[in-house]
Amino acid sequence: MPPRKQIIEREVLALSKKIATREAYGETLLALGKENPNVVVLDADLSKSTKTHDFSKHYPERFFNMGIAEANMMGTGAGLAAAGKIPFCSTFAVFATGRAYDQVRNSIAYPKLNVKIAATHAGITVGEDGGSHQSIEDIAIMRALPGFTVFVPADAVETEGAIRAAAEIDGPVYIRLGRSGVPVIHDKENFKFNPGEAVKLRDGDHVTIIATGIMVSAALEAAEQLAKEGINAQVLDVHTIKPLDITAVVDAARETGAVVTAEEHSIIGGLGSAVAETLSEHYPVPLKRVGVRDTFGESGKPAELLEHYNLTASGIIEAVSKVMEKKSKK
Amino acid sequence: MNQNRLQELQDKAKTIRRDIVTMLGEAGSGHPGGSLSAADIAAALYFEVMNIKPDEPKWPERDRFVLSKGHAAPVLYAALAEKGYFDKEELKTLRKLGSKLQGHPDMKKVPGVEMSTGSLGQGLSVANGMALAGKLDKKDYRVYVLVGDGEIQEGQIWEAAMASGHYQLDNLTAFLDHNKMQIDGKVEEVMSPEPVADKWRAFGWHVIEIDGHNMEQILNAVEEAKQTKGKPTMIVSQTVKGKGVSFMEDQVGWHGKAPSEEQVAQALEELA
Repeated sequence: MPPRKQIIEREVLALSKKIATREAYGETLLALGKENPNVVVLDADLSKSTKTHDFSKHYPERFFNMGIAEANMMGTGAGLAAAGKIPFCSTFAVFATGRAYDQVRNSIAYPKLNVKIAATHAGITVGEDGGSHQSIEDIAIMRALPGFTVFVPADAVETEGAIRAAAEIDGPVYIRLGRSGVPVIHDKENFKFNPGEAVKLRDGDHVTIIATGIMVSAALEAAEQLAKEGINAQVLDVHTIKPLDITAVVDAARETGAVVTAEEHSIIGGLGSAVAETLSEHYPVPLKRVGVRDTFGESGKPAELLEHYNLTASGIIEAVSKVMEKKSKK
Repeated sequence: MNQNRLQELQDKAKTIRRDIVTMLGEAGSGHPGGSLSAADIAAALYFEVMNIKPDEPKWPERDRFVLSKGHAAPVLYAALAEKGYFDKEELKTLRKLGSKLQGHPDMKKVPGVEMSTGSLGQGLSVANGMALAGKLDKKDYRVYVLVGDGEIQEGQIWEAAMASGHYQLDNLTAFLDHNKMQIDGKVEEVMSPEPVADKWRAFGWHVIEIDGHNMEQILNAVEEAKQTKGKPTMIVSQTVKGKGVSFMEDQVGWHGKAPSEEQVAQALEELA
């Protein structure tokens, strides 16, 4: 468990600062553009929203606006990668994984090409645009594709790490990013992003909350409140959905005997499913998945939607009490 | 070009056709019609046009060829084997478990295959990416891509066509294997793409119309494409599905069916 001082600092930071992961993506991309001449960026007429715009201004010769044609963008990325470039293809998550699925599958995943898909506006916190634009199944789609690495960063600091790691990895990577501001939970100076390694943010022996993306800060909030009730919740931040840190997940289940997963994604096919599959095979314990319960999203303010779909600290606490009850009956 | 060289290339096309028929007979499944229609174009590209090194398949300066109509894999495998990328004996393993010669081309398995294809409509986008990279790196290599006339029913082809025109990819040359047949019948009847030449022109391409079985016309068109600046070139190649094997020519039924042993023997006799 980190020292009390560090926790307080983190809380202060969280309260004071909210940054959307897409913002951190744009900034990191700009830095990568300077550091690595092989980095090229493709967008499908959403560069101001996906935050690839700054890169396009600084490195116009390495930026390709492909127009509203996501399928062609993915294929073009594949061709650039086949010729030695490191393309970052950006659009909204719903289009990146839905509209262009067959291109991602057959032109990128199957030939294992070095394409990075940085998809923004994932999940229901897209907000007002509504269900047509809220991707709640992209993690499920992407983790089913052989050879893809899938990152879901929790905050701006993790995003920078994920984008830099993606550029280093030789192979296809999906990075899931959000539209809305989220608390910064990591200390930029001391945090190191290790692909495939879950981050234990909080130790505890009663229950484990395994969270990804924007639900990590909700998990920390839930753990704080649970602590006041005398429940010590371990919090695992799974920024890499694939390859999943099986050891960390199984160890947490063994140490605490009950698990709750939390994600801004359908409970089908995402982090919850990945954890359930892993624990069923290796170490079954009572488990509850917090996520979108097999339904599409709708219009509303991001915070309202999180509340509406119960993707909150209290939603997590509710699930914790259920798994704790099951655990006690075992 | 002198007549001897033309004859040599025509002989290469014939060898490729023989290998297509033989390997499909061995495999017991696959796509002869659209492989045979593209044999002359493949022979021209691999034995005259492209700057490639079979002993160094990843040579950075090489010209690239993308077979967008991936089901015509046999024509690509035959050309690559004949060129020396791998042992011709391997052609017999086509479509068999453990073979590098998958039913559709796999760039991770076969030296010389530049892109894995098979799901139609995707190769032109990939060729665009390679051409963009070539321009970015100020390299002289050229990118060639072969698309089918049924394949251009896929919307992605036109997304890509728009992009090649927009980015003025004059280092990109496409061939349309216009053999006028697809699985369910005549392209014209299933979903007409006509007028094809006008469509490509409207998307910003330089268009050349040729007989896709005339070696001299193929080579002249490629030369014209090289001289064309500021635009990609589409060589609309009128071809015959199943070309070279009498009982396969213009027969829809030979899109995706392998010849029997007797049929292989007869075809090889005709291609002798």
